[in-house]
Amino acid sequence: MNDLIEIRWHGRGGQGAKTASLLLADAAFNTGKYIQGFPEYGPERMGAPITAYNRISTKPITIHSNIYEPDYVVVVDDTLLESVDVTAGLKKTGAIVINTTKDSEYLKKQLKGYEGKIYKIDARKISMETLGKYFPNTPMLAAIVKVSKVMTDEEFLNDMQGSFKHKFAKKPEVIDGNMKALEMALKEVEEV
Amino acid sequence: MSIRERLSGNEAAATAMKQINPDVVAAFPITPSTEIPQYFSTFVSNGTVDTEFVAVESEHSAMSACIGAEAAGARAMTATSANGLSLMWEMIYIASSLRLPIVMSLVNRAVSGPLNIHNDQSDAMGVRDSGWIMLFSENNQEAYDNLLMAHRIAENPKVRLPLMVCQDGFITSHSIENIELEEDELVKNFVGTYKPEHYLLNDKEPIAVGPLDLQAYLFEHKAQQAEAMRNAKKVILEVAEEFEKVTGRKYSFFEEYKMEDAEYVIVCMNSTAGTAKFTADKLREQGIKAGVLKLRVFRPFPAEEISRALSKAKAVAVLDKADGLNAVGGPLFTDVTSGMYVNNIKVPTVSYIYGIGGRDTKSDDIEKVYIDLQEIVKSGNVVNPYRYLGLRRED
Repeated sequence: MNDLIEIRWHGRGGQGAKTASLLLADAAFNTGKYIQGFPEYGPERMGAPITAYNRISTKPITIHSNIYEPDYVVVVDDTLLESVDVTAGLKKTGAIVINTTKDSEYLKKQLKGYEGKIYKIDARKISMETLGKYFPNTPMLAAIVKVSKVMTDEEFLNDMQGSFKHKFAKKPEVIDGNMKALEMALKEVEEV
Repeated sequence: MSIRERLSGNEAAATAMKQINPDVVAAFPITPSTEIPQYFSTFVSNGTVDTEFVAVESEHSAMSACIGAEAAGARAMTATSANGLSLMWEMIYIASSLRLPIVMSLVNRAVSGPLNIHNDQSDAMGVRDSGWIMLFSENNQEAYDNLLMAHRIAENPKVRLPLMVCQDGFITSHSIENIELEEDELVKNFVGTYKPEHYLLNDKEPIAVGPLDLQAYLFEHKAQQAEAMRNAKKVILEVAEEFEKVTGRKYSFFEEYKMEDAEYVIVCMNSTAGTAKFTADKLREQGIKAGVLKLRVFRPFPAEEISRALSKAKAVAVLDKADGLNAVGGPLFTDVTSGMYVNNIKVPTVSYIYGIGGRDTKSDDIEKVYIDLQEIVKSGNVVNPYRYLGLRRED
């Protein structure tokens, strides 16, 4: 891992991109890293495009601005590809991870010749199979961990088990489904 | 032993309040400080603290309730932002003139209008001459540490002034970052018990608080307030020294970052100081002698100490997250430059207004300031000392 990894999340209000960025910060914190997790606040409405950010570093982080040249971008909703410049500033050495079922030709066209790696995952399918509802942020969280290698799969799953126990203390029946969503996502995220 | 944690700035402020366990908290919610009373009210409900939580109907009442509580002899705290502070305005002055050491967490946000919920420091600058001690915080850690030191400063018999701890709305208040927390017991011992000298609930000494004060005495009382603010300087340093002994974290009036040999210096407050340090590191790698003076204590204003720290610089930029609207420059700029004049320090100094209404301040913006400072030194003159950073315009 580089000294500093910067990640930008694109989603729509209500899909949990902000929560996913905070969970990623938590998980990285628990593996001993310095972290930042913060959303870009706006007039929050269901369905409106939102952005969230992560910095993960082996050293203390002092910079306090949004991220303009991320190492990784996560797109939680592929309808954003047509309206938001998701690869703006994205490093060629990095990667973009998209929740989509679209084919590679469409994705490459939408990403306007982005030269880095493109990964895709069907977070809807995983979420419906494991949780019975559409919560794309859980699979997307696992997908970005896999692609960015900020921690090992095992470290990540162990940590998430702990945080789900805490987060879902009042509805433990959803913990297994969430863990399954993470495991499936770790396996199914694929390079385009 | 410090506890390694990750918290947002608001969580850090609420945690400090939990550990301080004040007698009274009175607050009204306003973005972006809402979470502080929200988290605190859960501590009250869960019995984690034994504070009387007063859910008031406005910020004017929040400050009034804090004033009543402190006058009665209790330790009172509140939190607010922007227009919430504006609505407290009348009571802000009454709190300081009655010498009530209320502690406030101010999560900085642009004051309307037009309506904007994002960060700048126009709220804090509106009360800069109200007689409150004002501490600024770069990140969640400093927001937490400043609150732990707050009561020791404010309640000191030589001071007895209210105190506000500022942090940048959203930028630090809503960002999760690493933090070192202290054990509850350590905080309890450090903060200590409040022992007011004169208070309304003392039946052995009946007093009146806030009566009419006309030509015969108001002037003297104001001079005493001013003296208390001057006294606060020494107390702030003493408390910081003791805080360092128990936590290992060092504080002063300001932090000097790479200042020993700095030729180009940026003076700023709150979260931008972190971005400025990041940028100074980058420029140092290119051989440019960049430095940062991050002001922590804005009131009382350490004019002499700042002037001395800047005396060896070749050029200085003072960054203000609030416009002065005075045709001269930002409030921090006018304070810094008048301090330099009085202390016979002559270094070319310029004002930058930046980050208004939440306009993001990138490391590229900070780099541009350092480039401008190099140009000032090269050309030997300051063309326009009242500048903008990150403003969109046609030029």
